[in-house]
Amino acid sequence: MSMRTNDLILRTTTILIAFILLAFSVYLFIAGHNAPGGGFIGGLMTAAAVVLMYMTYGFESVKKIIPINFRYLIPVGLLTAVLTGMGSFLYNEPFLSQTFAHFSHIPILGEVELATALLFDLGVYLTVVGITLTIILSIANDQ
Amino acid sequence: METLEMTQALLEIVTEICIVGVSISLFILLYRAIKGPTNPDRAVALDTIGINLMGLAGLIAIYLVTTKLNDIILLIGILLFIGTVAIAKFLEKGVIIERDMD
Repeated sequence: MSMRTNDLILRTTTILIAFILLAFSVYLFIAGHNAPGGGFIGGLMTAAAVVLMYMTYGFESVKKIIPINFRYLIPVGLLTAVLTGMGSFLYNEPFLSQTFAHFSHIPILGEVELATALLFDLGVYLTVVGITLTIILSIANDQ
Repeated sequence: METLEMTQALLEIVTEICIVGVSISLFILLYRAIKGPTNPDRAVALDTIGINLMGLAGLIAIYLVTTKLNDIILLIGILLFIGTVAIAKFLEKGVIIERDMD
């Protein structure tokens, strides 16, 4: 296509909305323990933010901004999930046992309860981001 | 105590009326989405159906007296925006993710 269209409004809106989307996805990921949310929907929201950036700025530009091959996120996420499950072997507990502890001297948050389920959720999150973006980008790059 | 019960009954009735109103609006939009002569008509109708669904989710949250649906409303809005941008790019340029834009 020879004629260039002007996408100024879309590009300016995407700068704002991508940040809101990423913040919302982190919120959903963290809130999953006590409220609706969790690793799956948080990962989908992150993927949606990245897809929005791909739609607005084109394939090559975003590849320069986010130099990650999303295919590698799948084994990293699966490995995280398996290693958190195997961590319970160190304490002579069955596979995928989990525990939690209270921390009272976290700088900004104050007293929080951190569970090892959060690390398992991180594995789910990375796997979902990797799989979603791999599917969408493979289909989009089909010549 | 009587005032509280009256307020609750009033809120429930108003919410029911609003749900009926939004439902009628959804049916009219569905007519436009099915009948619409061109594809941009259908895209705008689908966009507005999504906005009505956000309103409906909010009304249901009021009706069920819960705050758990607040995330869903934001989620519908975000997915709606991304979907509409994708449809618009497809209608305008034929591709959704371009190889190289500059």
